[in-house]
Amino acid sequence: MSDREPLFSKKNLNLLSDPMDNSNPITVQVLGICSALAVTAQLKPSVVMSISVMAVLGFANVIISLLRNGIPNRIRIIVQLVVIAALVILVDQVLKAFVYDVSRQLSVFVGLIITNCIIMGRLEAFALGNKPWPAFLDGVGNAAGYGVILIIVGFFRELLGAGTLYGYKIIPDSWYIVNGGFYENNGLMVLSPMALVAVGIIIWVQRSRNRQLIED
Amino acid sequence: MDSNSNVYTFIYASVMVILVAAILSITAINLKPLQDKNIEVEKKKNILASVSIPATAENAEKLYAEKIVNSYIVNSKGEKVDGDAFVVDLKKERAKPVSEQNLPVFECEVDGSVKYILPLRGSGLWGPIWGYISLENDMNTVYGANFDHEGETPGLGAEISTDMFEVPFKGKKLFDQAGKFVSILVAKANESAPEQHKVDGISGGTITSKGLEKMLLDDLSAYEAFFNSKK
Repeated sequence: MSDREPLFSKKNLNLLSDPMDNSNPITVQVLGICSALAVTAQLKPSVVMSISVMAVLGFANVIISLLRNGIPNRIRIIVQLVVIAALVILVDQVLKAFVYDVSRQLSVFVGLIITNCIIMGRLEAFALGNKPWPAFLDGVGNAAGYGVILIIVGFFRELLGAGTLYGYKIIPDSWYIVNGGFYENNGLMVLSPMALVAVGIIIWVQRSRNRQLIED
Repeated sequence: MDSNSNVYTFIYASVMVILVAAILSITAINLKPLQDKNIEVEKKKNILASVSIPATAENAEKLYAEKIVNSYIVNSKGEKVDGDAFVVDLKKERAKPVSEQNLPVFECEVDGSVKYILPLRGSGLWGPIWGYISLENDMNTVYGANFDHEGETPGLGAEISTDMFEVPFKGKKLFDQAGKFVSILVAKANESAPEQHKVDGISGGTITSKGLEKMLLDDLSAYEAFFNSKK
């Protein structure tokens, strides 16, 4: 039994792939909805937010996993919060100093990562009880599962709400009613309620494909 | 040592907090000069953007030195006051009564004629918004505008910093035909105003749009005496 588990064993790979589908943090665990509504009006912030969450969640999981045997049980939530907040502030400071444009892009979202329920959820549920490497994979996997949903929602909201994708025009100008065409952007898509509806539709599609996810 | 004992918990918490505080302060202090430099370059870029000179982080300083021919501070009576216009902190100025405010003016030469650039600062929905507006030398026609914000909602209020919103400011008038100061209305679909005094607001970004309208009115009206003295 002293054999070391290979780095990319089936179990470890599942840590990466499960959150993309059957244990997706947004559609199955329904965590991180707040930021999913706030940043998905356009595709670009959705992508940037996903990458930032991935960086923070990956590192936070590793740090908490390294500390897991020393953390006093009664203040573990506070310790987790301090680790997350410190990481997020470090990332923010470094971005401001070296890639100011990116930092301007992200503006408040970097700070918002601190309050993302997925991060604390993963620290509490996984990193506290597992070794650093699986914890890192779990962090990256969950952030990817979060990111996929953000990007899908951002894609539809930007396309239908503004007629652009990643800032580039997709719907030709001549299609618009003001230019004599037949098409009009759906203003509702840029407002946050439509993000909730979009997430709802994704949940619906996912559960009709996989009936095991349906609760009684 | 028992990791659930009170002593251990206290020591753990104290060491952790001191350690994290030290790491964060050291990072913040060491990165401060770089960050300040970025903010200064960004400001120069924004000033240049209001007269439609595109600048990058690399050439902003050089272009600024070339194009901005003069800068000074005026008061609400339109008289010049001593001081460096570039370092005026608008946040502090706006907290004072209008008669005591330092009002910065930047003069920029574009194609042989002088444009006047005025800084603006107000509030959007979530936080401060600011910008620069440039005027032709008739002190009435807008030559260009550039707006920015701290944390307006992307896709909604944050659209104030896009060309789609900024470009229509060009050619708008601050004074009506009778010479009365009216500023520029950022209109919702159901609001009507003479075409030369209005730009379209942002759907879904009403509070930001109206904050911007108030910023234009408040900040530009402080310059009224200065405008009249230049006419």
